Amino acid sequence: MKTPPSEKYRSNGGLFADLLEWLDARLPLTAFWRNHFSEYRVPKNLNFWYFFGSLGLIVLSMQILTGIFLAMHYQPSAAPNADGLPAAFASVEYLMRDVNWGWLIRTTHSTGASAFFLVVYLHIFRCLLYGSYRKPRELLWIVGVLIFYLLMAEAFTGYVLPWGQMSFWAAQVITDLASAVPFFGNSLADWVRGDFSVGGATLGRFFALHVIALPLALILLIVLHLLALREVGSSHPDALSIHDPVETGEIGSIPFHPYYTVRELHAASVFFLVFFAVVFFAPEGGGTLLESENFLPADPLKTPEYIEPVWYFTPFYSMLRAMTRPLFGIDPKLLGVVSMNGAVAILFFLPWLDRSPVKSIRHRGAVFKLMLFLFVLAFLTLGFLGTKPPEHIVWGTIPGTSAAQTATFFYFFFFLSMPWWSKIVPQAPKTRNLRFK
Amino acid sequence: MKIRAVPILFFLFLPFCGFGKAALPKAPDVRGKALQEGAELFVDYCSGCLGLSFVRRDQFAELGFSEKRIGEMMITDGYPGQPMRPTATREDQKLWFGAVPPDLSLAARARASEKGSGADWLTAYLRSFRRDESRPTGWNNDVFANVAMPHVLWEMQGAESPAADGRAASTRDAARAGEYERRIAGLVGFLVWASDPSAAFRKRVGIGVVAFLLVFSAMTLALKKEYCREIENERD
Repeated sequence: MKTPPSEKYRSNGGLFADLLEWLDARLPLTAFWRNHFSEYRVPKNLNFWYFFGSLGLIVLSMQILTGIFLAMHYQPSAAPNADGLPAAFASVEYLMRDVNWGWLIRTTHSTGASAFFLVVYLHIFRCLLYGSYRKPRELLWIVGVLIFYLLMAEAFTGYVLPWGQMSFWAAQVITDLASAVPFFGNSLADWVRGDFSVGGATLGRFFALHVIALPLALILLIVLHLLALREVGSSHPDALSIHDPVETGEIGSIPFHPYYTVRELHAASVFFLVFFAVVFFAPEGGGTLLESENFLPADPLKTPEYIEPVWYFTPFYSMLRAMTRPLFGIDPKLLGVVSMNGAVAILFFLPWLDRSPVKSIRHRGAVFKLMLFLFVLAFLTLGFLGTKPPEHIVWGTIPGTSAAQTATFFYFFFFLSMPWWSKIVPQAPKTRNLRFK
Repeated sequence: MKIRAVPILFFLFLPFCGFGKAALPKAPDVRGKALQEGAELFVDYCSGCLGLSFVRRDQFAELGFSEKRIGEMMITDGYPGQPMRPTATREDQKLWFGAVPPDLSLAARARASEKGSGADWLTAYLRSFRRDESRPTGWNNDVFANVAMPHVLWEMQGAESPAADGRAASTRDAARAGEYERRIAGLVGFLVWASDPSAAFRKRVGIGVVAFLLVFSAMTLALKKEYCREIENERD
């Protein structure tokens, strides 16, 4: 027996029930609960890959919570303290040593940044597997890509804050990319940094962006992402076409609460198990999560031998470095910046590049599987090469730069040729699997 | 589906794995008394020039020193929460060595690389001093080329003269080498502690956290299965 959406809560006479009735008469409390949880219908066959959206929300909350406490003690200043160390660098170490449980707050935040990207990459990968970006979810997907852009900006500005060697030099390399823009590039780079090179002014603005501007924008877009999701509903791993009866709720859908809330709870507890095992036993992640070079204070006079970004940026960093020669008369540096940005921007067009009559990988056939496999391989290769110096030789034979160029080419080829190869699908779809697991 | 997801996840985690091979010999693991000896050695031989500005004097109690002993061993007087700053001034050091020595609070974490842990590097560094008349201090290091620091512990290790020099013979011998190894192991252990003093406490808490989450995950799994059964019995 369903409650009509307009029905307000009626008290049975208890104190809290009276309070709820009073509140519900003035705020759409129970309506919100019904619309978003207890009567929000979700396909019953969502699998493992569908956990990462809610995990992203959990990691975001964790980052905000730990971030608040970090901001209480952090000092966004590059000025040297009594020991000749930059105040920002010293304040992070103060947090790690002198603030009660500060080490836990800080390592949760730094590990959380990596966890966020891991979760988001898997979330995006799920969309590729099951065609979640297809009509009617184009806008949901576009907002998601915008969130990914902002998340990268958020992670980059946050990475600069501890003001270690890698923070400083990564900021130097990345802000310098603005100078590749024709005509007014140098002025743009100075405007971004607030100085002629990275310094105290850069640190101050990155702090403001990291703790206020970008999180606000992120939250706004995430609300939009969820609103769009509630409007069009979830796709599912067995999706056939855009008129799939499961997606339209004609068959096989169940309420989000309690069936999916208990599943998400289990997913979250397993996620926390892995996450806190890293936080407590390997907070540096073997130099992947906290790079050893960043335990040295920023020194503008000492360039590190090799500047490498954190793992989640390495695929894009590889694309930047892969551009070694001018192409179509465009300067290699600008070409690098264009391909790095283009690699994310091309995702905006994905809903229209995919011309397949079916959505899910389960019905798409060998061509799609092969292309997707090669795409993931190219992306991981780029990621791996980004952690190595450009002169790195893969398997003792292939020069790293050539491998990165090939992988970059395939990355774009995957999307740009998609309108043709995505049409190739086998005829009859197999039997459908709509089990709740 | 879950089983198929495992190899894919493993594949995605591959970039995290270090492919570099360990090039530095493993530093010995030290604890207890050896750490205290390392701390004493640092205060006696190093703290004149090298600071541990993030380590406070009273933190030495975590290594098992009594308050009285801490007061005795420190070169200068100070309040309990005072950072371990070098006794020499920055200006003097610049004059003596040509550079201000780095703060060593985080040395053990900063020196970690694909070749080995920070402790491995520090141990190799302390082993690798050799005479070099071309350097202002008369010392050079094979791990850290043209280092400004002279071999402060040379009386413990002994000096190896260059072969072509022909003057004094080597003053290094096996008995000395063993003792020197023991002492630098303590010193490196102390620097590892200084770089991350909460590490031991963190791991202790971690065991409790992971144990709790294991139990919690098992409970949420049982809860999930209960609801699963409800859905399976229902028809579309």
